[in-house]
Amino acid sequence: MRQITHEAVQHLAQLSSLQLSNDEVDNLQKDISNILGYIEQLGQLDTSHVAPTYQVTGLSNVWRDDVVSSGEIDREELLALTTETHDHQIKVPKVI
Amino acid sequence: MSKIVEIVGAVGSGSSTARQQVEAAIERAKTTKDYNALLSLSENRALERADAIDKKIKRGEDAGQLAGVPFVVKDNFLAYGAPTTAASKMLQNFQAPLQATAVERLEDEGAICIGKANLDAFAHGGSTENSAFGPTKNAADTTKVAGGSSGGSAVAVALDIVPFALGTDTGGSIRQPASFNGVVGVKPTYGAVSRYGVVAMASSTDTIGCLTNTIEDAELVMDIISGRDINDMTTLPDFFTPVVAPKPAQKIGLIKESMGSATDPEVRARILEYAETLKAAGHIVEEVSMPILEHAVAMYYVIVPAEVSSNLARYDGVRYGHRATNAATLAELYGRTRDEGFVTENKRRIMIGSYVLSSGYFDAYYQQAQKARTLLIDAYTILFDSYDVLLTPVAPMPAFGIGEKAEDPVQMYLTDLMTVGPSLAGLPAMSIPAGHTDAGLPVGAQLVGPARSDAALLALAKTIGDK
Repeated sequence: MRQITHEAVQHLAQLSSLQLSNDEVDNLQKDISNILGYIEQLGQLDTSHVAPTYQVTGLSNVWRDDVVSSGEIDREELLALTTETHDHQIKVPKVI
Repeated sequence: MSKIVEIVGAVGSGSSTARQQVEAAIERAKTTKDYNALLSLSENRALERADAIDKKIKRGEDAGQLAGVPFVVKDNFLAYGAPTTAASKMLQNFQAPLQATAVERLEDEGAICIGKANLDAFAHGGSTENSAFGPTKNAADTTKVAGGSSGGSAVAVALDIVPFALGTDTGGSIRQPASFNGVVGVKPTYGAVSRYGVVAMASSTDTIGCLTNTIEDAELVMDIISGRDINDMTTLPDFFTPVVAPKPAQKIGLIKESMGSATDPEVRARILEYAETLKAAGHIVEEVSMPILEHAVAMYYVIVPAEVSSNLARYDGVRYGHRATNAATLAELYGRTRDEGFVTENKRRIMIGSYVLSSGYFDAYYQQAQKARTLLIDAYTILFDSYDVLLTPVAPMPAFGIGEKAEDPVQMYLTDLMTVGPSLAGLPAMSIPAGHTDAGLPVGAQLVGPARSDAALLALAKTIGDK
């Protein structure tokens, strides 16, 4: 069965923007190894001449009319959903 | 007998009022609080809407097909009057700025949303134990799980708090709790119902459906919520038209692989009895084989986590939802917000998704699963060339004990064995009550049909009835 290392779990957490505690990493290491062990069975299937399916509706290029819409929600209503604003903008920690 | 028709009749004729219906439903919700089926009640808004409907009726105006009928929605539907939490700390205080299309369509017909039902956080789970606000207890036995992820919706209907509830079904989340609580659960054809205003989980299999006590009620609700929506480009033109007289002598395939030793003997017995009832009604039931089904859970737990990791990337603490305090950098804000806001199962799925999508593993896992999905769809297509409907149990077992499977995610995933196939193929599937175990736990039979055969499936189920 595939074993995933502690470091690999930390790397996955970083890719997933999850800042985990060491205990959490240990537990997830066990769970993720078990899950990967289970899904590995897919390798037994011969799919060499099979195309992948990404969606099942068969719909393509569904357009709406090209008209401007606010979705009936105004800016202040949306800004009220966040905790930190400044001058009608959302505030985040310094990036650079 | 339709409970919805009964209520609409009573409210319309003046022998009851919408207010009385809403007050009675809220009273029932309060007396059954120990089940933890509902996370919130939108009492004030519901009563205001009820009064407006009663006024309309008094004036002799058309108040809609569902005038005065109370209902609840799973708490991943955006609705006014209460927060939309997705049973997570991430969205604990989130007040929706808009309503889901499905909720709007029901309200346009006079139905009244009285509250929000519990679920596994972000609909990740099959027991409602992953709710950040505690598990929901099974309606038949409070030591057992409600099933999930629409556990609260199923229990609210089973306890008769409301005649119907909305749920979401990505891999069995309507059908399995319906089976565990002895109610009807409908997962429609992919694209039948708009997902606008519903918290996204896995976009290629997410569907919206309903849980009811009778098949007639499910038919009525599906008829109203189905159809094209400009805000959800995956919706199909409305194809749902209730079927009055189902096709006689239908050919029904009982899938052998769902009836093996891994399935509880009492569940198998109830399904065989259901098959006998179908035969007695003039239908033909034959055993069919679908070997690829045994790999469906593995496909599902590659494809769905991949889509989950993408859909849940939006919860970063910036625009809405939980925000970690005192973060020094943006990366720390994201990382701590997500660590604090998600439950363990959310993290597992996001990380599995990141893994199967990462370069080096993409072909071996994600691409291979999507190819296997084609094989699965092909297997259904071949069976539907010869059969009208496929029959399986909904779940391999009746409701299990609270805590019993919580420590082992793979064991928990295996409870989805029979429900994930129709999800990956986009097929309509429903859970119909098929009796009980000796211990009194409900068992559900799953009927699966070709795409867009939703109404025909309900019509077939209606002729057999719900036990």
